[in-house]
Amino acid sequence: MREITYAEALNEALREEMERDDTVFIMGQDVGKFGGIFGVTKGLYEKFGQKRVRDTPLSESAIIGGAVGAAAAGGMRPVCELMLADFVGVCVDEIYNKAGKWKYMHGGTPDISIVVRAPMGAKGGGGSEHSQCPEALFMHGTGLKMLVPSTPYDAKGLLKGAIRDNDPVVFFEHKLLYVLKGQVPADDYLVPIGKAAVRKEGTDVTILAYSLMVHKAIEAALTLEEQGISAEVIDLRSLIPLDLETIFTSVAKTGRVVIAHEANKRGGMGAEISAVISEQCFKELKGPIARVAAPDVPIPFSPDLEQLYLPNAEKIITGVKLVLEK
Amino acid sequence: MEITKSLMLELYEKMLLNRIVEEEMAKLVIEKKIFGALHLGIGHEALSVGATLPMRKDDYLVFSHRGVGHSLTKGIPPSQIVGEFMGRSIGCSKGKGGVHLSDYSRGVLGISGSQGGNFVIAAGAGLRAKMKGTDQVAMCFFGEGTSNRGPFHEGVNMAAVWKLPVIFVCENDTYSFSTHQKQVMLIDNVADRAASYGIPGVVVDGNDVLAVYQAVNQAVERARAGEGPTIIEGKTYRWCGHHEFEDGTKYRDKAEIEAWKQKCPIIRVEKQLINYGTATKKELKQIEEQVKENIQKELELANNSPVPKPEELFTDVYANPEVFQRGISL
Ligand SMILES: Cc1ncc(C[n+]2csc(CCOP(=O)(O)OP(=O)(O)O)c2C)c(N)n1
Repeated sequence: MREITYAEALNEALREEMERDDTVFIMGQDVGKFGGIFGVTKGLYEKFGQKRVRDTPLSESAIIGGAVGAAAAGGMRPVCELMLADFVGVCVDEIYNKAGKWKYMHGGTPDISIVVRAPMGAKGGGGSEHSQCPEALFMHGTGLKMLVPSTPYDAKGLLKGAIRDNDPVVFFEHKLLYVLKGQVPADDYLVPIGKAAVRKEGTDVTILAYSLMVHKAIEAALTLEEQGISAEVIDLRSLIPLDLETIFTSVAKTGRVVIAHEANKRGGMGAEISAVISEQCFKELKGPIARVAAPDVPIPFSPDLEQLYLPNAEKIITGVKLVLEK
Repeated sequence: MEITKSLMLELYEKMLLNRIVEEEMAKLVIEKKIFGALHLGIGHEALSVGATLPMRKDDYLVFSHRGVGHSLTKGIPPSQIVGEFMGRSIGCSKGKGGVHLSDYSRGVLGISGSQGGNFVIAAGAGLRAKMKGTDQVAMCFFGEGTSNRGPFHEGVNMAAVWKLPVIFVCENDTYSFSTHQKQVMLIDNVADRAASYGIPGVVVDGNDVLAVYQAVNQAVERARAGEGPTIIEGKTYRWCGHHEFEDGTKYRDKAEIEAWKQKCPIIRVEKQLINYGTATKKELKQIEEQVKENIQKELELANNSPVPKPEELFTDVYANPEVFQRGISL
């Protein structure tokens, strides 16, 4: 293993899968010579040529719809890059209705083996249409898988798995994670889709998080540790499917739950996870579940307001104390 | 139409204002007073100014991410534009928008962060004017790259078939981020697409402010007369990077950039003014001094403006604030 960044890890996953399987190809804006705006596709155009690393027009419907068509028509494995996750807004039909339903409503024949990669999250001054975490939109969808890696190791292992998967996978990468460094094997490995990871063990409370928020949760847990509170931090990694077993095991141990995500609260991931826990672990719960999430407002541009808006370690600590009091 | 001295001087002054404000904003990025992506329109001034000036104050404006010059020309004070990009409360969108500049008292409706949302919104503004029976028009600016999105087709076609008073102005600077037009379109002129909607499509030299002004003015008259939309395309070039996080040299030849700088739209109008004896160097210098002085005052206003109050985070979500449920806030 050696230390590389999250962006480099994704790049390696793409490179290895393209070498392994010539039905894998890339489509997106400025993904060719330019290498993608976060550098994830760097060098792939030079290695695989423009046939397999395709710069598209500014046409998201055609990128995702084209990928669905290529996959459905037989055996292609397109990996699409949306420049920012916010732009799912202009191709929801293609992801939500086509990628997610085309198999079922056609009697199960076509495999929609596509990956939609999308950089999400606030990184300072992006404003309402360039900073969002839209995972909840797809949580409500059917037929999709959804991955949200928080480390370079998982980024590579999950992306490789997503590309090999025969179902459509929405793959969200937090913009602030691209520069994060971590240990990543230089060779082939997969991280199983649908398995959460316990990042820190604890006995008093379970903190469920994903993507960038995992790092905030660990920060919070370390501070809480100093105050004598033992928090378990679970990195969900995969939102569809959810690793219910790992979640339930932890809830049975701690009896208290905090769910943290960057997106706003109403109808967010926290709502679904908390519903599942209260349906299935009601007796193990010692009190109400808390959701630490952004308020239900559009993301403000002003960096000062943005800081107020975003969930952070401090807010997670407040959430933990709230559930411990009740 | 007649090109008067006062019109030429006004165009000149507005272009200078546009250029210098943007140069100052570039410095503010380096000073870390402007956060987030700033897309400069330096090089585009003949279009941002020349196509906006034919509009009245009550006409509607929808532009793209490169909208500083258009907003200035529509009359938003520089302090409110720069202040918006600085995230201050003086900002024309109260610091909540950043690139999403707006001023509803001046018909500036805003920009769509997802490219292409503008075409259909402009059609809607035109629809409003038509339904109310006013003679207002809506102006929609966009880049050639964005003309490849679906809503271009939907917005232009609906405006055409309903004869809505909309002018679609393409600022064609050949590149959509790093992507050359030839990689993504087989035609040279976006305006040629007008034929498929049965409306006029006009191509002009986008660095010739007089040509732009005249072409747009004609389209505005046509729209006001109820004859429907026009697509106008100006060929120009952006001197800077796509935004201030990159300088645009990774995918463009330095020689190409230099060649376009030689075609500076501001120097061009300056030469026209002097060569035709319309104005003296001294007059132009005076205008420049005044513009600069004014900008300094405006920058100070922006800089002295406070950041938005924390409670601003929760306002403006709904027309009726009582609907807003803050819930448990952690
Ligand atoms: C739907 C959508 N896709 C991608 C982007 C990212 N993006 C912003 S501007 C831009 C290029 C636009 O090019 P063009 O329309 O030619 O305008 P220019 O930047 O040249 O002025 C891209 C790809 C976006 N904002 N929205």
